[in-house]
Amino acid sequence: MQPIIAAETVVAIAGLTKTYANGHQALKAVDLEIRRGEIFALLGPNGAGKTTLISIVCGIVTASAGSVRVAGHDIGTDFRAARAAIGLVPQELHTDAFESVWATVSFSRGLFGKAPDPVHLERVLRSLSLWDKKDARIMTLSGGMKRRVLIAKALAHEPQVLFLDEPTAGVDVELRHEMWQLVRELREHGVTIILTTHYIEEAEDMADRIGVINHGELVVVEDKATLMRKLGKKQLTLHLQGPLSQLPPGLSGLPLELADEGNALIYTYDTQAEATGIAGLLRRLNEQGIDFKDLNSSESSLEEIFVSLVRGPRGRETA
Amino acid sequence: MSLNLHAVRAIYRFEMARTFRTLMQSIASPVLSTSLYFLVFGTAIGARMGAIDGVDYGAYIIPGLVMLTVLSESISNASFGIYLPKWSGTIYELLSAPVSFAEAVLGYVGAAATKSMMLGILILATARVFVPYEIAHPWWMLAFLLLTAVTFCLFGFIIGIWADSWEKLQVIPTMVVTPLTFLGGAFYSINMLPPLWQKISLFNPVVYLVSGFRWSFYGVSDVNIGLSVGMTLGFMGICLAAIGGIFRTGYKLKQ
Ligand SMILES: Nc1ncnc2c1ncn2[C@@H]1O[C@H](COP(=O)(O)OP(=O)(O)O)[C@@H](O)[C@H]1O
Ligand SMILES: [Mg+2]
Repeated sequence: MQPIIAAETVVAIAGLTKTYANGHQALKAVDLEIRRGEIFALLGPNGAGKTTLISIVCGIVTASAGSVRVAGHDIGTDFRAARAAIGLVPQELHTDAFESVWATVSFSRGLFGKAPDPVHLERVLRSLSLWDKKDARIMTLSGGMKRRVLIAKALAHEPQVLFLDEPTAGVDVELRHEMWQLVRELREHGVTIILTTHYIEEAEDMADRIGVINHGELVVVEDKATLMRKLGKKQLTLHLQGPLSQLPPGLSGLPLELADEGNALIYTYDTQAEATGIAGLLRRLNEQGIDFKDLNSSESSLEEIFVSLVRGPRGRETA
Repeated sequence: MSLNLHAVRAIYRFEMARTFRTLMQSIASPVLSTSLYFLVFGTAIGARMGAIDGVDYGAYIIPGLVMLTVLSESISNASFGIYLPKWSGTIYELLSAPVSFAEAVLGYVGAAATKSMMLGILILATARVFVPYEIAHPWWMLAFLLLTAVTFCLFGFIIGIWADSWEKLQVIPTMVVTPLTFLGGAFYSINMLPPLWQKISLFNPVVYLVSGFRWSFYGVSDVNIGLSVGMTLGFMGICLAAIGGIFRTGYKLKQ
């Protein structure tokens, strides 16, 4: 489902560069536009620059160059309005151990400039199954519960844009699914969600659009479906009547492989290409007198796309 | 530019809650240890000491001792208040919030100074149990207390931002501030020192604080009262300028 009617930009990042004090360049002139109301997944291996990117947008790290606007407000010159629009759930479980859940979410709301609103906070805590823990000290909670507390804190001031930095890292399956559910609900309420992850399945299941980042560079930004279509390779598997010991010379030059001890032929083609070449393949098989009893096709998963992207061209050849 | 008052209030409340949660350590223990000074120096030893400037020794040391405790507690409390979130990582929230540096200072230093005032008044009340004393200029007394609390909470805040380890958090208070306070005339009048040491003492900012504060009690002082006020305000000005510098550079808070 595509909820976007008009693709209004809610976060606009242009030429964003970050060189840390030790000389390490964590971001290299990143351009990115996030649309209002979408779930955007920033996918990349560890050290790719995901946290750096988020930290700059949220005001925790200062950029070396480039500009960021959130809901139309520059994060430097108009930082109050920009930050008030953002909620951040950090990657690490940084919590005030001695505070109660209620105190810490109330604190967050105030910090972001909002008048107290117990009704809203109750709603947030209930939606995160934290209501019966509201008076508990945070240090008595499990890791998963602390993660929820961080989400509650980020939602306390009703942000338009929510950043989730690796929200499900080290979280059990049950909580992960609850979180995904919550993210979808938030989106239904008009909240734009940007999450980083190195779990492909997370991006695949959740996102409307995906950006792949590696070594501080955005390799690609696409609608998930387009990305799959564009970069996905399809494989056609033909289950043969009888085994082949080797590929007949008449089939040479085609992207074919023998599999299953000669009982299957695998034809790999690019969904991006003008023509799949399947018709030609079938004709040539017929000419060679090769019969098959069954055929099926499979699409490469985002994971394979991702691996081929971050490995670069060389990786793609050998993959 | 409008002030994010909700944020100032949130920080202030958060810090005050921390104070009350650690009441034993943050209030009771300084009050107890200062009371021991009154007991030992004021009543036991003080009985064998002569009066200074016409004031009984037991009463004479009260303003200095209060100043000493307020000063060191202001530094340690304010530095701890901002160092703790840095250390635990929860500072991310303050840095990502629509809060200006001035508002953060207002919240943190305001709370720390409130606590210092409470502490100072509590110690004065406790001292009354052991030693009878009068306050000649109560408003001046409160003004000095407030000025000292705010100034040294600012100073502590700066230390807390500067420190990146627990050792660094302690080093200035123990290596610089404690010696200065002990040599700052809390237990004696600097007029009792040899002339050279009197001159050297005038470089110690604590001398001006203690002297001014004592004047508000007994009307006697080592240095001119105007000078005392001026020096305190001057030190506060330096701290505010340093805070402004930190604000402009984002020193050690952001990468
Ligand atoms: N404070 C820092 N100083 C120097 N290098 C840093 C700092 N923070 C992160 N880096 C480096 O920047 C790169 C990107 O880090 P990060 O944004 O945390 O990546 P990700 O979140 O994608 O795992 C990494 O190589 C990391 O080591
Ligand atoms: Mg990260």
